[in-house]
Amino acid sequence: MPAAVLVVVPAWNEHETLPLVIAETRAALPNADVLVVDDGSTDDTAEVAARAGALVARLPVNLGVGGAMRAGFRYAQRHGYAVVVQVDADGQHDPAEVPALLALLDAGADIAIGARRRDDEASPAHGPRRWAMTVLSVVLSRVAHTHLTDTTSGFKACNYRAIALFARAFPAEYLGDTVEALVVAARGGLVIRQTEVSMRARAGGVRSHNPIRSALFLGRALVALGFALTRPRTPPPARGTPARGIPPHGRAPLGRADGGRAERRAADGPGR
Amino acid sequence: MRFATPAPPLSLRDVSGYSFALVVCVLLLGVLAWMLRSQRLREKYTVIWFGVIGGLVVLGFVPSITTWLTRVTGVKTPINLVFILAFLVLLVVSIQLSVEISRLEETARTVVEEVALLRLDLERHVAGELDAEADGDRVVDEPG
Repeated sequence: MPAAVLVVVPAWNEHETLPLVIAETRAALPNADVLVVDDGSTDDTAEVAARAGALVARLPVNLGVGGAMRAGFRYAQRHGYAVVVQVDADGQHDPAEVPALLALLDAGADIAIGARRRDDEASPAHGPRRWAMTVLSVVLSRVAHTHLTDTTSGFKACNYRAIALFARAFPAEYLGDTVEALVVAARGGLVIRQTEVSMRARAGGVRSHNPIRSALFLGRALVALGFALTRPRTPPPARGTPARGIPPHGRAPLGRADGGRAERRAADGPGR
Repeated sequence: MRFATPAPPLSLRDVSGYSFALVVCVLLLGVLAWMLRSQRLREKYTVIWFGVIGGLVVLGFVPSITTWLTRVTGVKTPINLVFILAFLVLLVVSIQLSVEISRLEETARTVVEEVALLRLDLERHVAGELDAEADGDRVVDEPG
């Protein structure tokens, strides 16, 4: 019987920070399995991860976070994990915060987002990048019928319903792993909730503060959001339990009795 | 008449533009047919190119079609009409190619993910790690 929780770490040339991330995750979540998806790295990321005790799936070519995460969701679905937690390989997510995300799932959410605290020292957003974040938050909050402040966070926990949806339809586009994934999930009738968590400065390198890049990010984010919202919706996963038929560890199914149809009706309501 | 002027040597300028175009078209048709025969080109892409080149051949043989078309469409100069049609055809073809590339990327992405997962499962089987959970842990067919 595998663990109930699979921590998926998409990694592309992250051999410096990865051992610490894996060690911290194993310390914080001793019962979880850690799957590093090596996204076509050219360094020894896969070897380092295996030595640190993680499961390693090696993508032979670079697919981007979207491809790496869909592989992770498929792995979780096939092996009957109840929950997938996505943790970035650069060390900005603190695995000690994962229980807070799991608590949100237990409280009825299908997807729990770890949102960066506003007063966080590591907060990277200025200028156009900040505007983009604001627009994304406002629009996605409406789409998801909840209050979201950090929609580009890669720190997320997904229950089996989200796993079933994402194993099929996790987007590969730019910002697909964050913005469009949330749109797909919300329109697929999944319940999205967030909780504020502390994030750390990225261990490897700093995020660019170049205004041109920030403006580019704004433009691309809006385009990505626009397309995500106009795409035909992905049909929600069939009501049911994880692949095994019973959730691992005897965990009660986290979905509600009606399989989230109330939320879907709400999402289909007037205004569309 | 005192003496006959000698005939000027034959040059490319004497070849009519139409016959030049016709020769090019026939050559292209030949190349396409050969590519199709030698399976370098899938049939679905050949159809559109055969259509384009066939149209050019017809235009080459019966250039008055363009004159008639200009009257119908209201374009003043026949050659402009030909250019517009050519641009449109190339536009459609390149869009179709983009669509095909997108589909190929999605296919490649799926295959790459699958290869990675299979390799992981294989390694774990070889290491004997999967035996403990083998019971009931069959690979599940995903919908879609």
